[in-house]
Amino acid sequence: MALVELRNVSKIYQLGGEEIRALDDVSFDIDEGEFISIIGPSGSGKSTLMHILGCLDSPSRGTIQLDGMMIQDVSARELAAIRNRKIGFVFQFFNLLPKLNVVQNVELPMIYSGVSAGERRRRAMAALESVDLANRSRHRPSQLSGGQQQRVAVARALVNNPRIIFADEPTGNLDSHTGEAILGLFRRLSVEGRTIVLVTHDPEIAAVTPRRIEIRDGRIAEKIDLTLAGLNRTAPTVPQRPADGGTGVTQ
Amino acid sequence: MNLFNTIRVGLKEVWTHKFRSVLTMLGIILGVASLVGMAAVIKGMENGMKEAMIAMGGADKVLLQEEDVPSHQQHLADQAPGRTMVDVEALRRSAPLLRVVSPEMRVSGVVATRGEKMVMPSELCGVWPAVIDMNLHTLAHGRFFTELDEENAHAVCVIGTGIRDELFGAPEDIGREIIPIGELLNLNGQPFTIVGMFARYESEQEKKMRELARSKPPEARAGPPRRRGFGRGNWAFWHKNYTMYIPLNTAWIRFRAASGVDNIPDPRLSDIDLKVESIERVEVALQQARNVLMMTHRGIEDFSFRTQENNLESINKQIRNARLSGGFIAAISLLVGGIGIVNIMLASINERIREIGICKAVGASGLAIFTQILIESVVIALLGAALGVGASYGLVAILALISPSANAPLITPLAMAIAVAFSALVGVSAGLFPAWKAARLNPIQALRNE
Repeated sequence: MALVELRNVSKIYQLGGEEIRALDDVSFDIDEGEFISIIGPSGSGKSTLMHILGCLDSPSRGTIQLDGMMIQDVSARELAAIRNRKIGFVFQFFNLLPKLNVVQNVELPMIYSGVSAGERRRRAMAALESVDLANRSRHRPSQLSGGQQQRVAVARALVNNPRIIFADEPTGNLDSHTGEAILGLFRRLSVEGRTIVLVTHDPEIAAVTPRRIEIRDGRIAEKIDLTLAGLNRTAPTVPQRPADGGTGVTQ
Repeated sequence: MNLFNTIRVGLKEVWTHKFRSVLTMLGIILGVASLVGMAAVIKGMENGMKEAMIAMGGADKVLLQEEDVPSHQQHLADQAPGRTMVDVEALRRSAPLLRVVSPEMRVSGVVATRGEKMVMPSELCGVWPAVIDMNLHTLAHGRFFTELDEENAHAVCVIGTGIRDELFGAPEDIGREIIPIGELLNLNGQPFTIVGMFARYESEQEKKMRELARSKPPEARAGPPRRRGFGRGNWAFWHKNYTMYIPLNTAWIRFRAASGVDNIPDPRLSDIDLKVESIERVEVALQQARNVLMMTHRGIEDFSFRTQENNLESINKQIRNARLSGGFIAAISLLVGGIGIVNIMLASINERIREIGICKAVGASGLAIFTQILIESVVIALLGAALGVGASYGLVAILALISPSANAPLITPLAMAIAVAFSALVGVSAGLFPAWKAARLNPIQALRNE
């Protein structure tokens, strides 16, 4: 069974009596350990798709199964818990809390999952270690560069050891050099066995992932799967995640 | 999400916007301060009133009052005897449930003089020794009247300290206490010997202040000592300190016997005060007294009893009313403070929409956000309450300066507890709507918010 199974998912908005199909009958699977990009121009529905995949939004029609759980009929509270434990987000605008320092930002998801303070600090530092920012743990986000902020965001996404990470235009707000570095970080995480979904409008960025799904006008326009074609350029071997679940921040 | 952490985050939020938070808290601060201050003033009033009541003779004192005869006995009005010594003797013999019977014959319009100095006693009464027990007097110096004084109508008197202060000088002015036992003074020109003097009566507050003043060196003062009026301080204590007693027979022979309409002296007493054996059996005792008096008055009901219970009731009623209106005003002020909190919390979540979105995206449930905002609101309210309690001490200190010393406001822990509890309640109710609004924010839209 795939980690994520989307079946005939539609998202329909009513706008001034007019029906807008942001997503129209989309079906696909994401397997454990996959590095996949969802690509499409702005307004294509890729963000809506990511929100639905990320349990931030629910579909108007169709079903989603995440890690063996049907998520279209769970309560808002359970959705929050799923986001907390199974999903990590990395956003275009980093979305760090300006009032908290770096390590507190990384600790944030664990606060909502009820991890004890000592354990929180330990895991947050380990996550920062894995993105090479342990020495900046006491800084405020505003004292860091864009690339560093994004790495903090990645550490935050990792810290609860989620099943899947969604990155929404993670390089969109960075210069190309820093963007490269962030993509490299994702590639490394993928090699470590993480399931990563990269959402972008830029085909060049999408090119780093072996599998790409292109969305146009709410429909899947094209599916490219280099792993099937034996042309996997980026991740020749995908090691399995450690069986114990690990902290996910192993070096 | 543990509570401690939420409170910490709430405090941090308050600290980040110090000025704004303090302005918001101001409503609560003023509310709490006014509630505690109001309660303190009322408590002071209550203390003053109760002390005054005890100064006037305590709760078990019953006044036998003269009344107009009831309408069905109107034709007997001319024969109404009034309160006389006959009643006193009859009550003493036949009403065993009465512990003390104290007749008083007041002599009005008397001026006490000594040399150049003069004073009008608050009351000059001919009394029996029973009056000491009746009016809760303490004889500090000398003696009270003996049976010989009564029998022979000796020209002796017992005075309050106020009389001494006026005629001989107050200890505050001359630096030492004069005890004028054996000295003479004139009552309307008739010489009387002072045989005793009462203790100085004052409220706890006055006593404290006087002792405080004694420890300080006297202030330099120009000109003659100023007369102390009775504007400040408790009227009941002033009255008691300016009392002057003479034996009942003396009052009768020297002041009453030669006066009256057509030279017929008026045998009526100006007061008969009673004390009952036990306060629980006051009804029975008064019934007994009534039966005796109906005999001596030949069935004419020209008297009534006035118990301190009525007095106490009216004091309690006044206190209750004052409390109610004071509490109402303070509650309104706290309510206004609460509205201020609602306002600021709404503004606060509005500028934190994106933050809330982030928290929701990383897995904060609606409940967690709700709790967070609610606790922030409670934190503001409780901080305000804490500051308000501090401010109330200042407020009470100011009120103490401007209020009469006998009724000095007194801060009560209960009022403080109520004020703090009410602030917490205001904090919770003020937080509910903003918290609900924040909790149901859509995370996607919240994240898009710039």
